Amino acid sequence: MFQKRIIICLDVRDGKTTKGIRFEGNADVGDPVEMAERYYRQGVDELVFYDITASSERRGIMIDVVRRVAERIFIPFCVGGGIASVDDMSEVIMAGAEKVSVNSAAVRNPVIIEDGASRYGSQCIVLGMDVAADESKSSGYGVFVDGGRVKTGRDMLEWAKEAENRGIGEIVLNSIDTDGTQEGYELHATCILSETVGVPVVASGGAGKPEHIAEVLGIGKADAALIASMVHYGNYTIAQIKREVAASGIPIRQN
Amino acid sequence: MIAVIDYGSGNLKSVELALRHLDACFKITSDSKVVAASEKVIFPGVGEARHAMNILRATHLDEALCDFAASGRVLLGICLGCQIVANHTEEHDTDLLGLLPWDVRRFSTSDGLKVPQIGWNTVIHDSSLLFEDVSPESSFYFDHSYYLPLCLADGTDSPWVAGRSEYGVPFAAAIHKDNIWATQFHPEKSGPRGLQVLRNFVERIV
Repeated sequence: MFQKRIIICLDVRDGKTTKGIRFEGNADVGDPVEMAERYYRQGVDELVFYDITASSERRGIMIDVVRRVAERIFIPFCVGGGIASVDDMSEVIMAGAEKVSVNSAAVRNPVIIEDGASRYGSQCIVLGMDVAADESKSSGYGVFVDGGRVKTGRDMLEWAKEAENRGIGEIVLNSIDTDGTQEGYELHATCILSETVGVPVVASGGAGKPEHIAEVLGIGKADAALIASMVHYGNYTIAQIKREVAASGIPIRQN
Repeated sequence: MIAVIDYGSGNLKSVELALRHLDACFKITSDSKVVAASEKVIFPGVGEARHAMNILRATHLDEALCDFAASGRVLLGICLGCQIVANHTEEHDTDLLGLLPWDVRRFSTSDGLKVPQIGWNTVIHDSSLLFEDVSPESSFYFDHSYYLPLCLADGTDSPWVAGRSEYGVPFAAAIHKDNIWATQFHPEKSGPRGLQVLRNFVERIV
C-alpha cells in the first residue's frame, strides 16, 4: 500500500538547526547532522534542510552539512534556501541531496525550473511556496518570497500551475499564517492546491500534535506532511506520531 | 569488482554513498572495457529513458551491457535501470536494451493519482536472494512515472516478478530472471531494509 509521508524539516543557519515562529525569532535547537541521524533511526520517511543563512559566502557550511548527512542517512532528503541557479542545484545534488527546493528565485526567474528539470529530472526539483491569506486573490491566497517578507502579487494556484507546467516534481506549501504556531496546518489552502495540481503536495506550517497531521493528510488531501517544532523540542517521537496518525486510518509506513 | 554505470544523467551519489557504507568494492564508470572486466554491474538511475538510451548507444555501453548479461554475470538495475532491461517504454516511445520481452508503461493520472509516484510503498516479495533477511511485506522508496506491469508484452503473466506493489495498478517492484535482477524502488534510499537489499546483491548474489 502506498503510504503518505512524514517529513522532518530542519532550518539550518550557520551550520546549526534553528526554529522560528511565523518566520521570525529563530532559536538554535541543535546540530543538523546529529538530528538527521536520530530522526533517520526513529523511522522518519524523508528530511528537508532549508539553508536560512543569509549570506552566500557561508554557503560552504551548508554544503558540508549536506555531505555529512548524505554519508549517514539512507532515505531521501531535499535541500532548499537560496537556490538561484542550476549551478546551485548541482552543488547540493553532488553533495548527496536527492532533491532541491526552489522558492524565491523560481518566482523571479521561472525558467530555472525547466533548466533544473531537464538537467536532473522533475522528480528532483521541488517548489517551495510561501503563502498567506489574501482576499484580493482568486484562490484566496497570495505568494510571498524572501522568507515570507515580500509580497509577489501572484495567486497561489496560478503560480503552482505554472510551476507544474514548467516541470516541478513536487510542491511544498508553507503557510506563513500557521508556521511555528503548532495550532494546525492551513487545511483549506492545502486541499485546493492538492486538487488543482497533479504532482504531490507537501503541507508545511503549524503541526503541533499528531491529529493535525492526520487532518492535513486526510481532509487536507496532502500527500505528505512537514513537521519541525513538535519533534525538535522533544514533545513527540516519530514513532509515536506515526502510530497515532496510522490509528486514524491514514496509511503510514511503520517499518 | 562491481561496475556502477555512469551514463551522464541523474545522480549516482546516493548509490555511491550506500555502497561505500556497505564496504563494497566498486567503480563508477562509463567505460565499456571496465564493464566487460567487472564481476557485477549496477545500473542505477533516475533520469529520462530516451536520453539514457541515446547515451548508452553513443558510448557503446548498450552492447557492453547486453554482452555482460549474456555472459551470465549478475546485474542489478535500479529504478530506470529496472526499466532499461525491458524491450520498450512509453516514455518518448523508446526502444530499450531488450533483455526481457517486457513493455514499460506510464501510470495513468485519470483516477486522481499523483504522478510521479513519490514515496514509500509496500512490496510483497518472493523471498528470493535479493530479499534475504527482509521481512515479507516491507516498504521501500519509489520515485517514478513509468512501471513494468505484471504481464509481458505478449499479454502473458510475467514469470520474473520478484516483488510486487500497487499504485493504482499492480506493478513489478522487483524483477529477477537468471542473472538479471532489478528493483523499481531505490534500495539506496529505503533505509536499513533498502541497505539490506543492496547488501544481498553485493554479498550473496553471484
